[in-house]
Amino acid sequence: MNEWLMLTVVGEDRPGIVARLSRELVQAGAHLGEASMLRLGGSFTMMLMVRGDFAIDALREDLASVGESLALHIHIDPMTGDLHQHRVPEVRVHVHGADRVGIVAEVTEVLAGIGFDIFTLDSDVAGLHAAPIYVMQIEGVAADGVEAVEAALAPLRVQGIDVRVEGIETLVG
Amino acid sequence: MAVLEVLHWPDERLRQVSEEVVLFDAALRAFIGDLEATRQAGPSAVGIAAPQVGYHRRIVIVDCSRTRKPVPHHGHLVLINPEILSREGYALGREGCLSVPDYTGNVPRAEHIRLRALDPAGGIHEYDMEDFEARVVQHEIDHLNGRVFLDRVVNRRADVFRRKR
Repeated sequence: MNEWLMLTVVGEDRPGIVARLSRELVQAGAHLGEASMLRLGGSFTMMLMVRGDFAIDALREDLASVGESLALHIHIDPMTGDLHQHRVPEVRVHVHGADRVGIVAEVTEVLAGIGFDIFTLDSDVAGLHAAPIYVMQIEGVAADGVEAVEAALAPLRVQGIDVRVEGIETLVG
Repeated sequence: MAVLEVLHWPDERLRQVSEEVVLFDAALRAFIGDLEATRQAGPSAVGIAAPQVGYHRRIVIVDCSRTRKPVPHHGHLVLINPEILSREGYALGREGCLSVPDYTGNVPRAEHIRLRALDPAGGIHEYDMEDFEARVVQHEIDHLNGRVFLDRVVNRRADVFRRKR
C-alpha cells in the first residue's frame, strides 16, 4: 500500500457530497484516514487522508466524473505523516471582537512569539451583515504554560479584542 | 503487586456490567494493589476501574491530587460499590481513557455530585465532589456499567453554543 495522500475538496454545499465521493473512493480501493469536513461560507470543504494501491493520477481520473457532476474542485497531494499522531491540547484561546482586518495575524503572531503550537483553529464570522463579529477558538500547546499565554495576549484587549485563555485538563482514566 | 493487562476498546468485556463487591477480604486488597500498580504504570491516569483489567466487580480508584493545575479533590480514593446520589450542573470537559488510546474528546458531565461508596474495609463514606474529580468518578462509574467515554463524546466544535440568526 502506498503512502497517504491528502485529498482537498471544495464545492457549493448540497446533500450527498460525502456519500458520493466516499463511495467513489471505496470503488477505487481507497482506505480513508482522518478527515475534517465542514461548511465554510456556504461551500462544503473536505480535507481527507486517503491511501490505496493506485497512483495519484489514477485516483484523480477516478474522481473526475463525480467531481464534475457535483461541481467540486478536487486536489490531491502526496503527504508525509501517518495515523496515530494525535497530540493532546493543553491551552484553549477564545477570541471575539468586531470583525476587522488583522485579528488572526495579531493573535497568532503573539502566540508564535511564545512558542505556542496551534493544533486546531476554528473561526466564524457571526453577527449582522452590517456589524459582523469575528469568533475564533484556538487549541494547542504552549511552551511556557497557560500563564505565559495570558500575559502575552493581554495587551490585545486594549485594541478591542476580547481574549479568554484557559488551561485544558484532560482526564485519562 | 502486579501490573495487569489493560483491555482496549472494542473488547466486548468493556461492555459488561460489573457486579457489587460483597467480600472485603485479602483477595480484594490484593486486587486493589494490582489495580493501583496498573493505574500508575499507565500514562498519568487519574482513575481506573476494575473492568478495564477484565475484573467485573464494582471497584474504582481515583486520585486527582496531582493534576497540572490543582483542583479540589479528596486525595487518593478506593471506591467500592460507588453510587451517585445526586447530580447538579452540566459542563463539557476533555477526556481520554487507558482503554481507548490515542483519542481524546469533549464529554458532558454533571459538575457536582454527591457520592456514596464503601472503602476496602467495607466502611461507608459520602463525598461532595465538584468539577474535575466529579468528572473522573462519573467516567469510572461508566466503566462499571459497561460504558466508555466514546458513548458520550460530543462534536469537537460543540463547546461554544451558537444561536442561528
